[in-house]
Amino acid sequence: MLEVNNLNVFYGAIHALKGISLTVGDGELVSLIGANGAGKTTTLHAISGLLPIASGSILLDGKDLQKVPSHKIISLGLAHVPEGRHVFARMTVEENLRMGAYIQRDQKSIQKNLDKVYEYFPRLKERWKQLAGTLSGGEQQMLATGRALMTDPTIVLMDEPSMGLSPLLVKEIFSIIETLHRNGITILLVEQNAKMALAVSDRAYVLETGTISMSGKAEELANDDRVRKAYLGA
Amino acid sequence: MNTFFQTLIVGLRLGSIYALVALGYTMVYGIIRLINFAHGDFIMVGGYTMIFVMPLMLRLGLPAWLGVLAAIVVCALVGMGTELIAYRPVRRKGTNMTALITAIAMSLFLENLAQAIPAIGPNPKVSSQIFGNGGFKLGTVTMEYTTVITLVISGIVMLVLYAFTQRTRLGRAMRCVSEDKAAATLMGINVNSTILLTFGIGSGLAAIAALMYMAQYPKVYTTMGALLGLKAFVSAVLGGIGIIPGAMLGGIVIGLVESFTTSYISSSMADTFVFLILIVVLIIKPAGILGKNVGEKV
Repeated sequence: MLEVNNLNVFYGAIHALKGISLTVGDGELVSLIGANGAGKTTTLHAISGLLPIASGSILLDGKDLQKVPSHKIISLGLAHVPEGRHVFARMTVEENLRMGAYIQRDQKSIQKNLDKVYEYFPRLKERWKQLAGTLSGGEQQMLATGRALMTDPTIVLMDEPSMGLSPLLVKEIFSIIETLHRNGITILLVEQNAKMALAVSDRAYVLETGTISMSGKAEELANDDRVRKAYLGA
Repeated sequence: MNTFFQTLIVGLRLGSIYALVALGYTMVYGIIRLINFAHGDFIMVGGYTMIFVMPLMLRLGLPAWLGVLAAIVVCALVGMGTELIAYRPVRRKGTNMTALITAIAMSLFLENLAQAIPAIGPNPKVSSQIFGNGGFKLGTVTMEYTTVITLVISGIVMLVLYAFTQRTRLGRAMRCVSEDKAAATLMGINVNSTILLTFGIGSGLAAIAALMYMAQYPKVYTTMGALLGLKAFVSAVLGGIGIIPGAMLGGIVIGLVESFTTSYISSSMADTFVFLILIVVLIIKPAGILGKNVGEKV
């Protein structure tokens, strides 16, 4: 489904991604783990077209995303839940969700997706009229996730969904991720919380200063000594 | 009492012109955080367009004010052209400061370009009469028709603009882009064309302001937008720059301050008070009357 080949990205003079390659298959939940500054977010930004790439290719169902303007990528079924939520603070919860369906014109399907998101996140339904900027961190994360689901995406990129949340909320968010996965949505998950990420994923890649140092089945990585030492605190 | 109401009406009229111009500043600032110093000069562009088009209108037996439609189109094109040619390339390469200096340069460029065009030249031009003369008495207060028209049209324009940003798909896209360009892109919004649209609308409003201004002061000259633009900018800052209702409120307040100072203190103090208010606001409430730190990202 998603295929990243030999991707190179620069931030000015900094070589942020040094020829990384990864794949995410249909219906898979793949996570990208690694320390702060390893290039996880950069990878997702490059996929979504928010950052220009120096070389390499990104294919979605065989289609070269470099040839698609960044705002058209969502129309190909790829949704992105950015790091730090990036909800529209001065809009209400429901306005935010409707913005998620900006590319859709069919009111019926928008309403259907809205109901579906409210079913995933009953808390958002309770707060539908509230300004998004006044929500708690966990609620904003739910909103950002719900917003990404408004277009019925086939693949969702999730960037640090657990960041800054209490352990209880982290559990809640991860159980949502598992539900989405069970419902057949392909997910590429970026997480610093390697333990939780490996527990729910099918496969994983370990990113270290712009290169992929390890990859494999999530279970195997979770038992790998180097991973345990570096990322699982064991 | 009579003077009071008369002053109030003059202030509202002046204020609604400032508000229309302030909207252009605030919309552009809201979306790309740029103080578009050339915006005042778009009023001049609209003014000259009407100077040239109004005689044609009259010859065709149409009312002179219909020339504003041509002015809206020309201003919108000049505004969008400014964004495309001057601001967009600078935004990609430079810093906010580079863009600000480019905006000042654009302002001077437009003023000097206008002077260099033989049909315009350095001497002011007088416009034909735009709205009918006369008025009516409301109690002891005289209401000129021009004043009523100015208030009504500005009110309608502001309501339509507000409804546009709140209720339409494109209006919502504009709000999203002004809040968060990356997230807007992820929603499928074309950020650059949304910015272009904002310039078009904001500049079009300057043409309407030019019409209202000329209905009262029927003289057009190349630097007419400079002071008017500056006061409108003060209005936008006073109301809270980037906030659409703030620009409306700020414009009305500045108009009232100006007319009351003129009536009760001295006309030569009017501008002094306007800019004094800017300084006081910047000290006491830098975010403006309606400016709040709502929903800063956590």
